[in-house]
Amino acid sequence: MDGFLNATVLLSNFVLVPGLAYGAQLALGALGVTLVYRVLRFANLSHGDLMAFGAMLGVLSTWALQAAGVSIAPLPTALLALPLAILGTALMSLFIETAVYRHHRLRRSAPAIFMIVSVGVMFMLNGLVRVVIGPDDQRFADGARFIVRARDFEAMTGLSEGLSIRVSQGITFAVAMAAVAALFYFLNRSRAGKAMRAYADNEDLALLSGIDPDRVVRHTWIIAAALAAIAGTLYGLDKSFKPFTYFQLLLPVFAAAIVGGIGNPVGAIVGGFVVSFSEIGLTYAYKKFLTYLVPPAWAPEGLMQLIATDYKFAISFAILVIVLLIRPTGILPGRVL
Amino acid sequence: MRKPLLTTAVLYALATSAAQAGDTVKVGIVFGFTGPIESLTPDMAAAAELAFKEASDTGLFLDGTTIEPIRADSSCVDAAVATAAAERLITADGVAAIIGADCSGVTTAVANNVAVPKGVLLISPSATSPALSDITDNGLFFRTAPSDARQGQVLAEIVKERGIDTIAITYTNNDYGRGLSDSFSSAFEALGGSVVMTASHEDGRADYSAEVGALSASGAEHLAVFGYVDQGGKGIIEASIDAGAFDTFILADGMIGESLTEAFGADMPGSFGTLPGSDSPARATFEEMAKAAGIIGSGPYRGESYDAAALLVLAMQKAGSAERSAIQPAVMDVANAPGEKIFPGELEKALTIIAEGGDVDYVGATDVEFTEVGEAAGAYKEVEVKDGAFATLSVR
Repeated sequence: MDGFLNATVLLSNFVLVPGLAYGAQLALGALGVTLVYRVLRFANLSHGDLMAFGAMLGVLSTWALQAAGVSIAPLPTALLALPLAILGTALMSLFIETAVYRHHRLRRSAPAIFMIVSVGVMFMLNGLVRVVIGPDDQRFADGARFIVRARDFEAMTGLSEGLSIRVSQGITFAVAMAAVAALFYFLNRSRAGKAMRAYADNEDLALLSGIDPDRVVRHTWIIAAALAAIAGTLYGLDKSFKPFTYFQLLLPVFAAAIVGGIGNPVGAIVGGFVVSFSEIGLTYAYKKFLTYLVPPAWAPEGLMQLIATDYKFAISFAILVIVLLIRPTGILPGRVL
Repeated sequence: MRKPLLTTAVLYALATSAAQAGDTVKVGIVFGFTGPIESLTPDMAAAAELAFKEASDTGLFLDGTTIEPIRADSSCVDAAVATAAAERLITADGVAAIIGADCSGVTTAVANNVAVPKGVLLISPSATSPALSDITDNGLFFRTAPSDARQGQVLAEIVKERGIDTIAITYTNNDYGRGLSDSFSSAFEALGGSVVMTASHEDGRADYSAEVGALSASGAEHLAVFGYVDQGGKGIIEASIDAGAFDTFILADGMIGESLTEAFGADMPGSFGTLPGSDSPARATFEEMAKAAGIIGSGPYRGESYDAAALLVLAMQKAGSAERSAIQPAVMDVANAPGEKIFPGELEKALTIIAEGGDVDYVGATDVEFTEVGEAAGAYKEVEVKDGAFATLSVR
């Protein structure tokens, strides 16, 4: 029995808890991508760097709040900085919309052109973040670090495996759930949300029924920016803030959006968790886990690791290719926005 | 049309005159002034320049010749940048020899692509990859830093003496990490220990929990981390402590730094490691000299940089000229016994002895004693985390 409990705790500690937190961050990112894809009809490759921009604003506002002596210990100050980050990122993406995308929207440019334009925007944001905050690692987490510490858990339960849950993981999950709930309420219940869905469904028909396209586009950018800022700040809080890592995050985020069926918000969330658990689950070495479960004589010699951790990024890429080959509409097709 | 020709002519004249040593000798200093170790290199270069200045100021060096150091950027990671920088120093600036490079990868590139083909002496103060012992260097490559093969051996002995038999290793995925990991594993296994898992990690990632999860699943209780203290190595330790995967870490030189103990000192008591260096009186002399010149001499590779520069000066004096081809044979003569022992700050004495036809044995800040392949044999400090800070236990 102890063996089973130990195995469960072990797996929770190294796969379940990190997977849930990482999945929530990917889901928030993928929601932004999916929304822009569905309403504005292009793959926004600058979303990763929009997350970096939002996270940067989160870091800067956290520092400002810390300097002003504001604290909500044991919770991290970054939580208070989140609204400021969202506001700044929304203004930035509205600025990008007016300065860059609007021109192409009025000319009704092809989606491929939009995508290339978004690559340009990506590099601009990328450079901007580096100029403002520099390319280095920045720390901005404060307050308590753990909800449950591994060593305390061991002492409490008497098991030989510990379970650790960090405050940042708890907050990531809670904030992500709140953001997703708010998004679904907006899309399904509010007037602006319904207008957005109508516009996404059939642009011309929506225009005929008196929906203001500029308003819809503005709303889309504000929501995408808010999601990016939240995802970026939470990722930075949970892991560490470094501008370059957000560029790397673009691949798993797109993989998540496409796995779930691009354009489908529920799919983006499912996709986020599929990608995160694939990455973590496939690179985890199950030797210790199996040793707890099977009789000692059967204990595995090798590491029981499917893929070396070096190939973590390759997993999201492989998922992307496999889904596009086998089921291009994603695992949850049909029900879009 | 005339101007480029003129410039070339002038440059050529400058280059040849410098190489033939009228009253100045140019030497290159190729360190990574940008890149991953950019915080270390300014003081390393300043330490090398300190030795050049000391020699020039005596007025005894090659009948009153002064030395003009020229800095160039190796970038630490980009072989093309380092090669171009060394190439420029040799062809355009006409340096007599080069101090550098710093990181193992770029040093190999500079040695193979530029220094050896052009017959220019290269002395690195900080490249520690074991692979550099075996390059075809025609005797032109020296290093005042010991090879990591030695560090791996020393560290393996310490681990074994502490009664640890089973460990997992993670190393930063480059020449330094891989070389150290290889030398440590073979030494540790030769001593009867067992390495249950060896995994590399990439620097600059945000999250290392997957790496740590795999390492901890190997069943080892101790984790050896051969990485960089401000990079992935720190991330590995942070993720290990967060998940409660490991408490005691075995650390190599790249991981010993105050930033590590400041962040996690209280969570990793009893972790231990090795760091090149010794506590000799010569070292203390050097640190005082460095302090007077505004350099923090206790940092990594400062003493080695000073020693590399000092050796170059003495070798040129011994050779009696700054001709590129003449310097190399003299290096071993001045570095090793027999001869009068020379400590930091005693270049004047050494230059006098050599000028009078005597023999010197340069000891310097780091007890320089070259092995047959021209690298320092090396002394290591054993350090342990006690009360949240690194404490030196002994010197090996």
